[in-house]
Amino acid sequence: MKVLVAVKRVIDYNVKIRVKADNTGVETANVKMSMNPFDEIAVEEAIRMKEKGQATEIIAFSAGPAQCQETIRTALAMGADRGVLVQTDAELQPLAVAKLMKAVVDKEQPGLVIVGKQAIDDDSNQTGQMLAALLGWSQGTFANKLNVADGSAELKREVDGGLENIKIKLPAVITTDLRLNEPRYASLPNIMKAKKKPIEVLAPDTLGVDIAPRLKVLKVEEPPKRKSGIKVKTVAELVDKLKNEAGVI
Amino acid sequence: MAVLVVAAHDGKTVRSNVANAVTAASQMGPEVHVLVAGSNAGEAAKSAAAIQGVAKVLDAEDTAYANWLAEDVAPLVVKLAPNYSHIVMAADSVGKNIAPRVAALLDVAQVSEAIQVVSPDTFVRPIYAGNAMATVQTADKIKVVTVRPTNFKAAATGGSAPIEQIGGTGAGGLASYVGAELSKSERPELTSAKIVVSGGRGLASGENFKMLEALADKLGAGLGASRAAVDAGYVPNDYQVGQTGKVVAPDLYIAIGISGAIQHLAGMKDSKTIVAINKDEEAPIFQVADYGIVGDLFQIVPELTAAVEKK
Ligand SMILES: Cc1cc2nc3c(=O)[nH]c(=O)nc-3n(C[C@H](O)[C@H](O)[C@H](O)COP(=O)(O)OP(=O)(O)OC[C@H]3O[C@@H](n4cnc5c(N)ncnc54)[C@H](O)[C@@H]3O)c2cc1C
Ligand SMILES: Cc1cc2nc3c(=O)[nH]c(=O)nc-3n(C[C@H](O)[C@H](O)[C@H](O)COP(=O)(O)OP(=O)(O)OC[C@H]3O[C@@H](n4cnc5c(N)ncnc54)[C@H](O)[C@@H]3O)c2cc1C
Repeated sequence: MKVLVAVKRVIDYNVKIRVKADNTGVETANVKMSMNPFDEIAVEEAIRMKEKGQATEIIAFSAGPAQCQETIRTALAMGADRGVLVQTDAELQPLAVAKLMKAVVDKEQPGLVIVGKQAIDDDSNQTGQMLAALLGWSQGTFANKLNVADGSAELKREVDGGLENIKIKLPAVITTDLRLNEPRYASLPNIMKAKKKPIEVLAPDTLGVDIAPRLKVLKVEEPPKRKSGIKVKTVAELVDKLKNEAGVI
Repeated sequence: MAVLVVAAHDGKTVRSNVANAVTAASQMGPEVHVLVAGSNAGEAAKSAAAIQGVAKVLDAEDTAYANWLAEDVAPLVVKLAPNYSHIVMAADSVGKNIAPRVAALLDVAQVSEAIQVVSPDTFVRPIYAGNAMATVQTADKIKVVTVRPTNFKAAATGGSAPIEQIGGTGAGGLASYVGAELSKSERPELTSAKIVVSGGRGLASGENFKMLEALADKLGAGLGASRAAVDAGYVPNDYQVGQTGKVVAPDLYIAIGISGAIQHLAGMKDSKTIVAINKDEEAPIFQVADYGIVGDLFQIVPELTAAVEKK
């Protein structure tokens, strides 16, 4: 079966975010961009399926500006076979991304789609669930362990109280949690090989998808800053402060 | 038009965060209804009816709802949605799983993890691990919103809303529940605990977390951890506090052997008072701590446990 994985280009998780002075968003110029860490986990899972003989082909999908090709290349260097970029400079919200992915799924007919549980920029945690809804497929969210068998998948999910086990029918959408696997680094030969792998570039229009944002961002602001505190020397001093100054114990 | 809060529950009571969601919902519309979907969830429906500010509880009974599978619960919510201006869920693992599926089926956007209701169509939500706050406005007719419970006060109990029985929508057969491996603990639940004791990679082993348990038990605290501590297998996944784990805002948060990465801070920096215990005086956790103590946690924690009075 074919596996489609989503790879989103986001500001690297190590970058200190700066809100733009005009409050329209965050500074993205000259900032290091990387693949969303949850998507690295998605790519890794697909590769492991291929190594086990469960997946025949891995397609890496991204939506966004032309630079998303770099993100797709990273997935190809890890081991994906080819890429699909839906190229647009417009703002994309999760519902639009899910609709774009659905159009690609309709075309490619994968047996499984793996996406990250959350993109670390907008922190929406929506796209996978929305895609599953649009396709009428099952959704295995926050996956901690995935076992694909004939026509179904068994899944451990990270939930509030611990772990939950479910069984879902295929085709399905999986969203990855942190403990699903540890993604590999691409080796130099594989990075070279990836340069030759094909990336198909599509436009939202040709897919017939309306990507107009539904949420209007009125402003983006800095969060309130915490006042810096003090260092205490002894445990006795700490207990005294907590009791008599903060009043919390 | 009324606002519908979709409640997670354990069959006996709705989750405590439903009371927080009701407060948020009451800021979105004139009347709040609560949906309790389950199999034998009558008791849970009663607990929802007791939340002040709730005008009506809908009790949908169907064996398909027993384990909260999104594939089966979402169609029920979608069926009810045309009667409501907003669908609200707490942003926990149940709400995060179901609400986006509902939104997509309704062809509307979802506002994730609202921390403030500015007006019925405008919400503030954190982005980039809480390093920026976005004010977003939605023009969709039905607004699907998940709310961060710690940012809304829990509505009091003492209400007595009527409970209406409604039918189920059946099982779609896409997914089935197999079982759960839940962490057992007598300690307060992390997201609603007044005090949280949290440990990081500095603890160096799962065995050493016993030291934190002793402190937590004395303080009546919940136990949390950094991602590094969870990844290393010291504690189960549901202990993780942070951008991609749980968000907590207790009166007191004690971070022990945690460096203070932004992803961790995202989950705890709204705590009223923060204490950091770390041997590295440059650790970023000290930038958000009200009280920091530089030193070896293996010496400080037992001392602290001995020094605090049992709650
Ligand atoms: C203030 C603000 C400014 C914004 N500015 C921009 C901007 O300048 N340019 C812009 O493009 N968007 C912009 N956005 C939109 C934002 O990035 C979208 O909401 C985002 O594309 C949707 O992803 P998410 O993080 O919300 O989704 P989530 O649901 O958290 O993502 C989950 C998973 O879905 C998949 N996924 C999501 N999006 C994509 C994608 N594009 N390609 C491949 N896989 C994906 C990934 O697997 C990801 O791990 C802005 C949003 C805000 C609030
Ligand atoms: C996509 C993504 C999502 C993430 N989500 C989260 C999240 O939700 N939550 C989260 O916590 N992290 C998250 N992280 C990870 C985060 O970036 C950090 O790696 C993590 O928080 C570090 O954990 P730590 O502070 O326990 O470990 P470290 O950074 O290794 O810090 C250990 C600290 O312990 C101190 N220490 C060591 N020994 C002692 C001693 N004997 N006495 C006193 N102090 C001692 C050290 O000085 C150090 O400061 C995420 C990362 C990514 C990429």
